[in-house]
Amino acid sequence: METFEAFFNSLASPELVIGICTAIFALYMLRMRQMMQPKVAFGIMGLTALFFVVGAQNHDFATILKKGDNMPIVIMTFSVLFFLWLAFRQATLNDMRLERGLPPNEATESGKKVLVWPDLVFPEFIMTVLLSAAFIAWAVMVEAPLEEPASGSRAPNPAKAPWYFLGLQEMLVYFDPWLAGVVLPGMIVVGLMAIPYIDTNPKGNGYYTFKERPFAIGMFMFGFLIMWVLLVIMGTFLRGPNWNFFGPFEYWDPHKVEALVNVNLSEYFWVSMLDTRMPDNPLVRELPGILLVLGYFIVTPAILAVTVLKKFFHELGFARFSVLVMLLLMMGSLPIKMLLRWFFNLKYLVGIPEWFFNI
Amino acid sequence: MIAETQIWRSIFRHGYPSTPRNRALAALSNIFLHLHPVKARKSGIRLSFTWCMGGITFFLFLLETITGVLLMFYYRPTIEYAYNDIIALREHVPLGIMRELHRWGAHMMVLAVWLHMLRVFLTGSYKPPREFNWNIGVILLLLTLLLSFTGYLLPWDQLAIWAITVGSNMARAHPLIGHEGPGASLLAVGDVALVTPASDIRFGLLAGRFVGAAALLRFYVLHCVALPLAAGLFMAVHFWRVRKDGGISGPM
Repeated sequence: METFEAFFNSLASPELVIGICTAIFALYMLRMRQMMQPKVAFGIMGLTALFFVVGAQNHDFATILKKGDNMPIVIMTFSVLFFLWLAFRQATLNDMRLERGLPPNEATESGKKVLVWPDLVFPEFIMTVLLSAAFIAWAVMVEAPLEEPASGSRAPNPAKAPWYFLGLQEMLVYFDPWLAGVVLPGMIVVGLMAIPYIDTNPKGNGYYTFKERPFAIGMFMFGFLIMWVLLVIMGTFLRGPNWNFFGPFEYWDPHKVEALVNVNLSEYFWVSMLDTRMPDNPLVRELPGILLVLGYFIVTPAILAVTVLKKFFHELGFARFSVLVMLLLMMGSLPIKMLLRWFFNLKYLVGIPEWFFNI
Repeated sequence: MIAETQIWRSIFRHGYPSTPRNRALAALSNIFLHLHPVKARKSGIRLSFTWCMGGITFFLFLLETITGVLLMFYYRPTIEYAYNDIIALREHVPLGIMRELHRWGAHMMVLAVWLHMLRVFLTGSYKPPREFNWNIGVILLLLTLLLSFTGYLLPWDQLAIWAITVGSNMARAHPLIGHEGPGASLLAVGDVALVTPASDIRFGLLAGRFVGAAALLRFYVLHCVALPLAAGLFMAVHFWRVRKDGGISGPM
């Protein structure tokens, strides 16, 4: 038990958790066929369940786990794993059929039409009854949490956003609120809405497949699983007082001290590299960062258009391609900023606190 | 016997749905069931294809509406009463599980919307001709999150007020219209700043500089009236477009 706890606590840093999960995600995408074997997929689900069951023996972990409002996150963890399997299992089976020149499984039945009464209405009714029973049972067994009366002067520590916004709160570690709380969520919404118009691939419409649209699925799944679901899980179980990172079996010590060693790019540039003092004009001071950010959003699309994404540039045309790349770069900015923070202790690429303009 | 009476036949204008004709009429002549087509693709209604997630989301919306209306009988959105009314719901209301149903249902509705969108994405069901309906769906996702977020404040306990404080603090940093956002200082007439803590977007959201009585009332009205109406409107468009765009998707 102690080795179990010590092992998982030793893995507890944002870079290791996100790194390991990204590696597993890459394995899922690249070795889809093997990973979607029922025994592999259910093995992973079983191990996750085992982790929760064994972990619940630990007092600190059990405290977090038993909070009523954290139950949805546990349910989310398992339902996401299960539905990933359900979707990609069907996708791999379809892909094998497509390789043999057969239509996808759905097509064998899609010509067949059935009357919705009873074939759809009855299952809907059964689902309604089952769900009603399940929710009543849940409501009887678990009381809705209620804490002390609201007080504007006594802030709890940690003060957490509702669970479905924990991904945004996690982004606050790497970006200022104007980016993490306004611009990036806005881009998520815009990006979701843009999907049907920038994905012009006519294949994979109305059936599960992976091979016919690996790029679209890979990008969407990375955004959903790593940049959203994983951050929600981390925010729930691993972020404690002062938003410090804690191991799953670690006591949430409010006095845990994290050294603030993060440095702005401008300081790296002027002080460390050029060995001069920082210019007074903020625009001059931050010029290296401003050029980098502008380059990221202006030069990278051009490079991508003639290299790795050449095919997309030709298929999509200038406008759609620009939107696609802009959205990908926006999404990529989070992992990039994470890496810069983890490996170079970089605080801001552009840091102009005078104008609240920090990137 | 009952099915022979004039009352029954005034409600259901067809015989028992055991023949194809009567089954078609059952779906056609009922305002609720006629959200469905008379016939659907066999592949489209398989549980492994849809996961029933859209249906589950709709079920949860109805659950939230029913339990929400019942909760409104007991709850007063003022600082004096809100917290005590929530306690009273637990202590004095017989079979008081409405708040539990409402809360667990709300959590699960957010999850169900995510999983529904995941399913729609992975089956490529946002592709033509369903592009617009995907967009309606994104709006419904936002409305679901906003419904949950506004409801979070209503119990008026420590969890509520601080979760909303953390969430709404983001609005302070909105570019141009948040008082701690980039560019806010540009909006000024002479020396007088236009975007201040008492005039920015966060102030508009909370009706104050802090999460207080005005914010509670504002969130209550949004939660119980404005957002459900908006969600209902967009759901009507969403369902209608599912039909108009060719039903549940399937291979061409």
